[in-house]
Amino acid sequence: MNATPNLNDLKPNTHAHGADVVLSGAEVLLRVLVDQGVDVIFGYPGGAVLPIYDALFRQNAVRHILVRHEQAAVHAAEAYARSTGKVGVVLVTSGPGATNAVTGLVDALMDSIPVVCFTGQVGVPLIGTDAFQEADTTGITRQATKHNYLVKNPADLARVAHEAFHIARSGRPGPVVVDLPKNISVGPAPYAPASRAPHPSYRPQSEPEREAVVRAVAAMKRARRPLFYTGGGVINAGPQASEALGRLVRRTGFPCTSTLMGLGCYPTTDRQFLGMLGMHGTYEANLATHGCDVLVALGARFDDRVTGRLDAFSPGSFKIHADIEPSQINKIVQVDVPIVGDAGRVIEMMLEEWDRQDGASDPAALAQWWQQIEAWRGIRSLHFDQDMTPSAIIRPQHAVRRLYELAMETGRDTFVSTEVGQHQMWAAQHFQFDRPNRWLTSGGLGTMGYGLPAAVGAQIAHPDALVIDIAGEASTLMNIQELGTIAQYRLPVKIFILNNQYMGMVRQWQELLHGSRYSESYSAALPDFIRLAESFHAKGMRATCVGELDDVIRAMLAEPGAVVADICVAQDENCYPMIPSGAAHNQMLLGPEQEGEVKVSAEGRMLV
Amino acid sequence: MTMQDETIVSAVISILVENESGVLARVIGLFAGRGYNIESLTVAPVEQSRHQSRINIVTSGTPQVIEQIKAQVGRLVPVYRVADLTQVGPHVAREMALVKVVSSGEPRTEALRIAEAFRARAVDTTATSFVFELTGATEKLDSFIDLMRPLGLAEVSRTGVAAIIRGPRTI
Ligand SMILES: Cc1ncc(C[n+]2csc(CCOP(=O)(O)OP(=O)(O)O)c2C)c(N)n1
Ligand SMILES: [Mg+2]
Repeated sequence: MNATPNLNDLKPNTHAHGADVVLSGAEVLLRVLVDQGVDVIFGYPGGAVLPIYDALFRQNAVRHILVRHEQAAVHAAEAYARSTGKVGVVLVTSGPGATNAVTGLVDALMDSIPVVCFTGQVGVPLIGTDAFQEADTTGITRQATKHNYLVKNPADLARVAHEAFHIARSGRPGPVVVDLPKNISVGPAPYAPASRAPHPSYRPQSEPEREAVVRAVAAMKRARRPLFYTGGGVINAGPQASEALGRLVRRTGFPCTSTLMGLGCYPTTDRQFLGMLGMHGTYEANLATHGCDVLVALGARFDDRVTGRLDAFSPGSFKIHADIEPSQINKIVQVDVPIVGDAGRVIEMMLEEWDRQDGASDPAALAQWWQQIEAWRGIRSLHFDQDMTPSAIIRPQHAVRRLYELAMETGRDTFVSTEVGQHQMWAAQHFQFDRPNRWLTSGGLGTMGYGLPAAVGAQIAHPDALVIDIAGEASTLMNIQELGTIAQYRLPVKIFILNNQYMGMVRQWQELLHGSRYSESYSAALPDFIRLAESFHAKGMRATCVGELDDVIRAMLAEPGAVVADICVAQDENCYPMIPSGAAHNQMLLGPEQEGEVKVSAEGRMLV
Repeated sequence: MTMQDETIVSAVISILVENESGVLARVIGLFAGRGYNIESLTVAPVEQSRHQSRINIVTSGTPQVIEQIKAQVGRLVPVYRVADLTQVGPHVAREMALVKVVSSGEPRTEALRIAEAFRARAVDTTATSFVFELTGATEKLDSFIDLMRPLGLAEVSRTGVAAIIRGPRTI
């Protein structure tokens, strides 16, 4: 018989066979995971976490997904979290395991994704001695996490582990690291259920103050040119917040735009949606932002990719800003009505107040505003011409459009992740999302290599769904080793590479700012993606011209297993529309014809 | 639209924190990472029974930056309360300095005379040196040190500001 009991049979702190069951720290950790509703974790083993891996081996409540690099474990957990609304969980070893995870942690911090990352650590007596695989993980991750812990005392383990989940998911969500010295996971530790007592110092405010919402709605009623500016905070507030947003937008009749992180919180195919705003946003979204008289920001944070030149951002508008995190309000842009609270609660309260307060926004003014917006929309800023001669070169926008249309034909629930670069922007512009939690991208940190592991995480969470990574050839090589994970778990992920043989986004900026001197931005010595796929037991496909594109996409979608589709697209295509940095929203470039006309200011160059 | 106020103001920020390891590093790391000034800093346990420490930071910035500092510090998990005492109202801010003056003859007598005028105490005396202890507002300490400079000022050790609201209110 095992000296340590099987975890599945354990009822902690009960008398099994008349004796107190003593759990190891590792076993306590697993009990906490079960308490917290965790059914899957992403990780990679090593010396400092071996006791935890041993405890994992002896149970089957928690499934472990073995990634091929710790950074990928965090991105997979992020996508798992973003696509399910649950907390993503990571387990890595000390030293290099923890340092490899740091990029993922910062990514989750910037995009407010709830992740709990357990890191191994050398035993407490060895801390500070430069022991083998010792790194100061709590020191290194202090600014990379929402909060972190080093568990030095077994009595704290259960409380800290529960608390980590609470902090990761509540308020503005984010990553939390729990550093576990080896002697803590080996030695005995008391189990405790999650405490119901409020945390002594951490008390995020999710219920908005009615008075602020009343003032906001009064301004909305007076508005002649209103605009909703929505962001990732609405997605984080849960699907019911997106649903409420839909009601609010329809009830008010106002136009709605969204940030990159917010895509899907309002259906992007709806007439009232103006497309994404910001650097690569649509003409109508940016001009509406510039020209509106009441701007209602919900769960968005006035990122520099959104605002462009700050002193020219939405000049003259009355600004309402709702965010769960007080520090986001008046950080970049001074607002007239700050509202601290959960986006979903704010929207619900706005709906109540909208019905309670007399009057409605002037219908004539609103109609005129819509007329203006339709005129801007008439510019068709996302339009491109695809030569349909079968041998013609594929334009990347066309590839994304066809991917969207053919994916919709399958009728399957579809999740899209991306890497970072031009392809990411084309995906944001040309793929449509009518539901939240289906769009997985690295916004704040802009991490190349996010998309492939993110697709792993989304597919693990949704085994029957269609999961596509819209990738660039350069980015996807940054975590290409995850093809191994995809093979091991037979994940039918589709990797759709818009292969322009350049770090296209870098090339674009070099054209704009550096006299087209393509310093190190050519993707030299690329692998043969078909053979690369095959060596990882996946299907490889390639489209080299328009005539082949639909067939390749159809074959990819029909394939039951994983696919790497190498879509050879125009090498010189640039991403438009574009607001060059340092410019205002009404100074957009619509296409290459205008490129010669821009003079990016000295400050603009600094802002890049 | 609200206009931004660009004037630089000085602020005394008092922060009540859970007395746990790493909490000071969190606060200082936040200031360093976001480019906020720290002009002086004090930290000590104040509520042993409740494991609470108080950090006082003298900083400066535009009113918007000071607001951001408060909000960003308030986000830290082990922070109970944060207040800008300069905004809350009248407050007392004091620091202590130990000032070593090495001299003899006329400068030595002059140093002692000035110390008396400032109500500084000589806490260590040798034939060639004094260590003065002086408590007061930062400006008072500054001017005392300035006056000692030509009189053999050798070394200074200052505590940084401890501050508290006047009257019955607390942070
Ligand atoms: C880890 C990381 N390193 C560098 C960058 C800077 N960067 C942004 S986009 C880009 C090029 C991406 O190339 P590719 O994946 O081929 O996408 P494309 O722009 O060609 O669509 C680079 C290098 C980044 N975002 N992330
Ligand atoms: Mg590329």
